[in-house]
Amino acid sequence: MSVPAAERPGAGAAAAQPPGARRRPHLPGSTLARSLGLVVLVGVLLWIASELLGSYDDLRLASGSYYFAVLAGLTLLTGLSGQISLGHGALMAVGAYTVALLVGNEHWALVPALAAAVAITALVGVLVGAAASRLRGPYLAGATLAFAIGLPSLAEKYSGTFGGANGLAINPPAVPSWLGQSFPLERWEAWIAGIGALVVVFAINNLVRSGVGRSLRAVRDDEIAASLCGLHVGRVQTLAFVVSAACAGLGGGMLAVVLQLAAPGAFQLSLSLSLLTAIVLGGLGSQLGALWGAIVLVLLPSWTNDIAHSSSLSNQVSANLPLAIYGVVLIAAMLAWPSGIQGALRRIIALARRIPLGSKELDKHSTSGSGGVSHEST
Amino acid sequence: MTRFIDLTLNGISTGAVYSAVALALVMIWRATRIVNFAQGGMLMITTFIASDVIGSSGSYWLGFAVALVCGLVLGALVERVLVRRVEGGPPLNAVIVALGLLILLEALAGMIWGNTPRSFPPAFSIRGYDVGGTHLLFAPDDTFIVLVVFAVAVLLALLFRYTALGLRMRASALAPEVARLLGVRVGRMFTLGWALAAFVGSLAGVLVAPSVFVSPSGFDPILIFGFTAAVLGGLDSPPGAVVGGIVLGLVLSYVSGYEGSSLVTLAALVVLIAVLMIRPGGLFSTRRERRV
Repeated sequence: MSVPAAERPGAGAAAAQPPGARRRPHLPGSTLARSLGLVVLVGVLLWIASELLGSYDDLRLASGSYYFAVLAGLTLLTGLSGQISLGHGALMAVGAYTVALLVGNEHWALVPALAAAVAITALVGVLVGAAASRLRGPYLAGATLAFAIGLPSLAEKYSGTFGGANGLAINPPAVPSWLGQSFPLERWEAWIAGIGALVVVFAINNLVRSGVGRSLRAVRDDEIAASLCGLHVGRVQTLAFVVSAACAGLGGGMLAVVLQLAAPGAFQLSLSLSLLTAIVLGGLGSQLGALWGAIVLVLLPSWTNDIAHSSSLSNQVSANLPLAIYGVVLIAAMLAWPSGIQGALRRIIALARRIPLGSKELDKHSTSGSGGVSHEST
Repeated sequence: MTRFIDLTLNGISTGAVYSAVALALVMIWRATRIVNFAQGGMLMITTFIASDVIGSSGSYWLGFAVALVCGLVLGALVERVLVRRVEGGPPLNAVIVALGLLILLEALAGMIWGNTPRSFPPAFSIRGYDVGGTHLLFAPDDTFIVLVVFAVAVLLALLFRYTALGLRMRASALAPEVARLLGVRVGRMFTLGWALAAFVGSLAGVLVAPSVFVSPSGFDPILIFGFTAAVLGGLDSPPGAVVGGIVLGLVLSYVSGYEGSSLVTLAALVVLIAVLMIRPGGLFSTRRERRV
């Protein structure tokens, strides 16, 4: 959703040029204006969708939106900065507990509480990111994995503050009176989460096209060359971690609002793993990939549940069928589309327009290096 | 004092299991540069098979042997069928495939054996030794666990260091192109590496099963702590895996004994971060660390 400019047919030809030299003929010149236009467009689409959908689907729209916020940050970290994190579920927990404590105990309004969630999670991100910038690949994966399993246990250790295994419940967000008496709560929640997702779209869209985005890519592609150019590699990587942590905090905070609960059970290791899975499955490095990932995260569980319930299998088999399907989808998708859904779509579009998919060089770039990163996202 | 000795010995015994899982992960990492998250699922499957064999035949040692053989076969199968296709690709894709396999194996085990945890017999008595009138928690079965893991670690070290096969495997891992030019069947060496790693993993599964019970997701903590131990020791170093496992086992045992079990995962995080901040490549890393 974020990259209409780069998705144009010129992208194939432009791949031969250096990234900065790419032309975007039909769009306004300033990045800020383009991002704003994109946000307005997506906002209108979300608004229409929320009006058309029923309350159950509005809730799914809301959860898709908060997942998108987290995934967009994670794909910035993994796709653009080349770091891997198995700990974003724990960062979501930080945001969710912040919102639950501030809204539930301190009776803060929603927007400042969400802002505080972003700030506090970003602060945690500074600590984790500073540690992470020293580590590479599997070591970083191991450290963030330990973070993901270690942090939720704090909720049980300090159960007086964090409510132990039951977590903290908060009241549903009050629907403003000007929307009318009959305005469904689910639609209001979808709006809240949708606006949060739009903020993330706007922020990341601007960030990746700025000097910061270029530094991130430079560090990802060649750390030595980047530091010779005067970039502080550790600081750039820490910054990427902080930005993605802030997104995770916002997403986690919105999750607490939508579910009206922050409990350790929601932030198990499996959440962190499915976030990572979703960005790879969606296609690393672009916000469109994050969008596909969010759709997969929301729709796949309910589809697999439907399949399991509609089949006339024994209880023991049908209870495990959704998991089995999930596993098979992961394996099959990685074998069939190594560059994710977004990569597969790009290939199909390129074929349909009879444009050779970039040069060989581009192809090589998008399947090797730090996790199949698409260069079209610039 | 007795409590300290109990906790120390208990730490060594659980640490030995973490060492075995870490060793399995390190062997695969060295051979194919993949963190094999599916290891937890693979050792869970072989332990379930062992449980069935023990249940129907009544012989512990038959089940033990069957588990190890199944581990060998499963490891080779997974490498040949799945991993071969993602080797050399983006590293994250291999991780996702391994995670997918873990989820799939756990679901299949749930379908076949059900999700209710079942007990698993120990090899030897789990009644602690009496030393000079004090009753220890350390039991003959713990002695067995520690001895078996160390024996396997030593045998593997001998295999890699002193045999032609071990040399070929190391060559394939370190310089696949050169090894291939010199006539080593690199693909076959990778398959063998996976088989051996899964063998060690299935050993860990059978050894730890009496204390964790057997269920589809029951071995997840073992996998996570095994991975933590491997990272702690340095993923490129088999001795590091063994030492990392023992260190982690001891720390977790002290923390859960003196501070309560709710802090165990947090302690693992603290130890890992502390070690990685000083040595970003693990305790036994040989590479130069990166400066920030």
